[in-house]
Amino acid sequence: MSYLTITELQKHYDNYHALRGINLSITEGEFLVFVGPSGCGKSTLLRTIAGLESSTGGTIELDGRDITELASSKRDLAMVFQSYALYPHMTVADNLSFALRLAKVPDAEIKEKVRSVSASLQLDPLLDRKPKELSGGQRQRVAIGRAIVRQPKVFLFDEPLSNLDAALRVQMRLELARLHKKLGTTMIYVTHDQIEAMTLADRVVILNAGQIEQVGTPLELYRQPNSRFVAEFIGTPKMNLIPANKAALQDNNLAIDLLGNQIDFPANRLKESLSASTIVGIRPEHMTLVEQDGDIQGRIELVEHLGSEAYAHIQLGNDQTIIVKAPARSELKDGQDVSINIDVQEIILFNENDRVISVIPEEA
Amino acid sequence: MKRSITRLLMAPSVILLLAWMIIPLSMTIYFSTIEFSLYNPDQNGFVGWENFEFFITDPAFMPAVANTLILLLSVLFITVVFGVMLSALIDKPFYGQGIVRVLLISPFFIMPTVNALIWKNMMMNPVYGIFAWISTSFGLEPIDWLSNHPLMSIIMMVSWQWLPFAILVFVTALQSQDTEQKEAAQMDGATGLHIFRYLTIPHLARPIAVVVMIETIFLLAVFAEILVSTNGGPGYDSTNLTYLIYNQALLQFDVGTASAGGLLAVVLANIVAFFLIRAVGKNLTV
Repeated sequence: MSYLTITELQKHYDNYHALRGINLSITEGEFLVFVGPSGCGKSTLLRTIAGLESSTGGTIELDGRDITELASSKRDLAMVFQSYALYPHMTVADNLSFALRLAKVPDAEIKEKVRSVSASLQLDPLLDRKPKELSGGQRQRVAIGRAIVRQPKVFLFDEPLSNLDAALRVQMRLELARLHKKLGTTMIYVTHDQIEAMTLADRVVILNAGQIEQVGTPLELYRQPNSRFVAEFIGTPKMNLIPANKAALQDNNLAIDLLGNQIDFPANRLKESLSASTIVGIRPEHMTLVEQDGDIQGRIELVEHLGSEAYAHIQLGNDQTIIVKAPARSELKDGQDVSINIDVQEIILFNENDRVISVIPEEA
Repeated sequence: MKRSITRLLMAPSVILLLAWMIIPLSMTIYFSTIEFSLYNPDQNGFVGWENFEFFITDPAFMPAVANTLILLLSVLFITVVFGVMLSALIDKPFYGQGIVRVLLISPFFIMPTVNALIWKNMMMNPVYGIFAWISTSFGLEPIDWLSNHPLMSIIMMVSWQWLPFAILVFVTALQSQDTEQKEAAQMDGATGLHIFRYLTIPHLARPIAVVVMIETIFLLAVFAEILVSTNGGPGYDSTNLTYLIYNQALLQFDVGTASAGGLLAVVLANIVAFFLIRAVGKNLTV
């Protein structure tokens, strides 16, 4: 049962088409993350849901009610802003209770709600302070508390962690995940950080140029991207994309000529034929460095040691560089010639329109 | 060594500024204690507090103090209240915003004498003024503003002159108001009035304090408008302290009493400043 339904949502600015027909249905209690490069329309979509931007077409339905034309103050949504947007001349307690006071909630009830929220977010010692006397992380918690205290139908987060330093960001990310588990309220979260998206989301919506590119669980997006854009966007380091210059059918296998190196791919599982502009996508962890006789050959340009693992940047012919994941303590040296084995099962092929070439699942 | 060079280099400007302040002040104090009338420039014996007594017991003194305060507080009230409202009104983009802003701010560029002449001759004149024309077109008796409501007329002129200053400060301040805060308040269920009351007004507290303090300095010394339009009259109805001092010094040629009045005006200004800064100045420290 869909809780929040967005149908054919359009947003035109004077000379810019920001949202090009968004269709999305969100179930109650879901943690949904909008992710995409800057300018893809993810913030516009969130602000349109919030009612801070008016849509120029399409409808938004929340809990069976059409809220497309409703003022944001009446939508029963709460939003956490990137700048936190705390009211600077009010104390933390007043910030938390502002919405309740406007709604003329009885004083005793306000007190009780503020108390329980401040206890759960560890804001008790800060209640009498003004926002500018708080650290970034504390402000963040107050902003979240201000949203929680109203018990809205949906929480909206607009890049809430981007102003925090790296360590605090990881911690707040965890707190948000816990909060969602505890409250069970529907949350929509906008970020450009795909790690936040992967770790927080029940489902991720990838936006590109005002359109939804793909919706799915983080692992679905990682394993089965349906376009080159999604494949490149999800995953660090990026998926390697190598042009397959020639493709020829040999027996039942397709031999893809990868920069002069040939790898075999079971062709009977492909739903469309390959061409010279087919792109071969393979993630760094699906390749292994071997002593000799690997699928393709290259020369190590640079090794990045991350402690738990290492990433080798390997130069193939034709200036193509790929990244291969290597064991942490590998004795790789720059300039060394290496041979690489590719896990053919994990190859993802993209056609000339950058869409994925579907593969029929192997029969078990 | 380094310190003494610094002091040496700063000395000329410090001495000049000090002299600039000390010499007129001490001369005023000196004049206020001697008999000094331009009718009788030879007689200038020491008279003690007599000049002060003479100034305070002048029948014009109490009305002048009252007028000064009424003028100050009325103009402050009008400029701050209307300034805040007009600035909030023109803050949102609309067609012709630029021109409206320039028009609202332009009275500030008109010099006080010209301002007073415009109001006196073109607006308030009971025969061919615009107010008279409006009154007569409704079949009403035109009001002779300058004779019947002299202080009110002065308040109108001075407010017209100073409202632009308030608007200029407030418009600038409003532009620095965080839009995300307003949006957050919207999401919290706030109406436009709530946002104005709980976000905009507190945001403007500091600019309001600045406007009040700067205007106080200038409004205690309003002079040109009175001289050009009412000459302090009828009677003492539109005489303020500044005008009374001018009256003593340059109409009655009594420099001693005028100096005493000047010192009293300094005391009054300090009292007013003390209360105003206490009332609004705490916003400056926030």
